[in-house]
Amino acid sequence: MSEHDHHHGHQAVPSDPTLRVKALESLLVEKGLVDPAALDALIDTYEHKVGPRNGARVVARAWVDPAYKRRLLADATSAIAELGYGGAQGEHVLALENTPQVHNLVVCTLCSCYPWSVLGLPPAWYKSAPYRSRAVIDPRGVLREFGLEIAEDVEVRVWDSTAELRYLVLPERPAGTEKMTEDQLASLVTRDAMVGVAKVKPA
Amino acid sequence: MTTLNQPEKVFAEPWEAQAFALAVKLSEQGYFTWKEWSEALAAEIKAGVDQSYYRNWLRALELLVTAKGLTTPDAIETRKEAWADAYRHTPHGKPVVLNAGR
Repeated sequence: MSEHDHHHGHQAVPSDPTLRVKALESLLVEKGLVDPAALDALIDTYEHKVGPRNGARVVARAWVDPAYKRRLLADATSAIAELGYGGAQGEHVLALENTPQVHNLVVCTLCSCYPWSVLGLPPAWYKSAPYRSRAVIDPRGVLREFGLEIAEDVEVRVWDSTAELRYLVLPERPAGTEKMTEDQLASLVTRDAMVGVAKVKPA
Repeated sequence: MTTLNQPEKVFAEPWEAQAFALAVKLSEQGYFTWKEWSEALAAEIKAGVDQSYYRNWLRALELLVTAKGLTTPDAIETRKEAWADAYRHTPHGKPVVLNAGR
């Protein structure tokens, strides 16, 4: 790399955003406003521990346990906490049940609000301008791009997330899964199904 | 629009992760509410100066942190230069620390 030569064996200066973040972090750490170890722990959590598997467990439990499903639909935040999931951005979650008559689709039109506690951080497409702008205007068209055709007699409801309220779609349990265990069911549930851009398919 | 359900890397570069964690921790500690954060981020996205999600995130973070008086734009700029300088003066393989080589 040519920069190596120019700097006579010294290190290449990192990118502008890297320097800005380093500047910000070092200033805030010096003032005692943030703890670097806590930052690392948080990053580790979202890189490795929190993700759509959490939501899949919630969905599978709701499929096998009608009492849990009732609690989930009445107060998703508490029902999710029963399974040990909570923390940042999971404070107020509303579960939306898909039925043969209603298909729910979740978006955040302004930024990227998302139920972190059950789905982890949002995928790139969820944060993209085309998805944010088109999900509300043309939900069926967007769903078609995800390979999902919703019949004309099924109502599509679009839910716009906010900083205060995030949504988890409770997909329909696929036919032919009556004999599956809760764990097996959880393995069928995808992130996309819990955002409402896919359905859960039998294995 | 990517339509695959494949898992993707949560953060493309380490600075994205650091910027993410700074915003979450500062909010958790009450320096700003998450609503204030969402509004700041939404404003950056809407302004559309940058298309990169985490660059917008970083701009929102700088604005909010200085608006709340946690630091100043001047301090950030000065510190940024100090870091750049530290990289220029640190030999390969050595950890980069501020004021290195002065």
